[in-house]
Amino acid sequence: MGRFKKDDKHTAPAISTASLPDIIFMLLFFFMVTTTMRQSSIYVKIVPPEASQSQKLEKKSLISYIYIGPPINPQVFGNEPRIQLNDTYSDVKDIAEFITKERENIKEEDRQKMTTSLKVDQDVKMGIVTDVKQELRKAGAFKINYAARRVND
Amino acid sequence: MKRKVPEINASSTADMAFLLLLFFLVTASMNVDSGLTRILPPPPDPNAPVPEINQRNIFVVLINAADQLLVEGKPGSIATLKDQTKEFIANPYNNPNLSDGELLSEKIKKTTDPKMRKKYEDALKLLGDRRVTKGIISLQNDRGTSYSMYIKVQNELAKAVNELRNELSKEIFGTSFNKLVELKQDDKAEAIKTVIPMQISEAEPKNVGGTK
Repeated sequence: MGRFKKDDKHTAPAISTASLPDIIFMLLFFFMVTTTMRQSSIYVKIVPPEASQSQKLEKKSLISYIYIGPPINPQVFGNEPRIQLNDTYSDVKDIAEFITKERENIKEEDRQKMTTSLKVDQDVKMGIVTDVKQELRKAGAFKINYAARRVND
Repeated sequence: MKRKVPEINASSTADMAFLLLLFFLVTASMNVDSGLTRILPPPPDPNAPVPEINQRNIFVVLINAADQLLVEGKPGSIATLKDQTKEFIANPYNNPNLSDGELLSEKIKKTTDPKMRKKYEDALKLLGDRRVTKGIISLQNDRGTSYSMYIKVQNELAKAVNELRNELSKEIFGTSFNKLVELKQDDKAEAIKTVIPMQISEAEPKNVGGTK
């Protein structure tokens, strides 16, 4: 049994790591507060097109999303582009009801600023997008946003 | 004798917190939404008279089902669309085939709407007597046009307007238009928007290409 020599007179004292968890917790809380969990899962495949002039959207609470793209599992739903509202595949004629519901969720003074963001896959043909736009016009949701990745040129 | 309570080793709490942190980093979506914002026109009123617009003031852009462009009756391309649009709006040489314009002072005399009048007067104060274009961009696509092409065209049209706004802003205020918006100098930005409006009209959809 060998004994270890004590020579603690020469080594510097270890730095206390007791506050490390606190620092990490602070980071953790920061991320918990700033990030928002995605509310609905997306059942359509969307690769948004690129646009150099696209601008950041503000006030997420005023935005409602309409997703258009081919379904993620083509074996079951086929390859035709579908419209997704909230959590389900929907039809063009469901949009009016969707907009009415979304509008009710917004405070009355902000209803004018309500924006509908169209998240559309880049390979989708304009026909379905045009139908959606016509439906939005009828529903009175005039402010729309074509989601596009921002690129510099 | 006082009994010693052994201290609990707390060095692993940092690791636990790290794990939690990583979990939130991975699951959280930091994605910023960005896109091109447009205002749709209200549904057409069948009783309303069709507004009369001089042919020279309409810049017609058509996209067919094969993603080809027809600009002002001639085959066009994405590469030249921006410059054509800029020339149409600004019309620097007063070409009678391109858009017509009116000076701000003339506009003020004509308008009866007090809100618009105020806008023009504000712009006049900040920018001087500028020419305001009467030009409207008419964009029409087929049901078979691909979405990516449509966005490309929208993007080029937006770029044309933004570049014109930038040029005017640099000439008068010495900074770019985006800087004005960033610095919240809303009165100046608004004046420039009044002088160079973004007027894109989307015609009622047609189905020419035959595909859906």
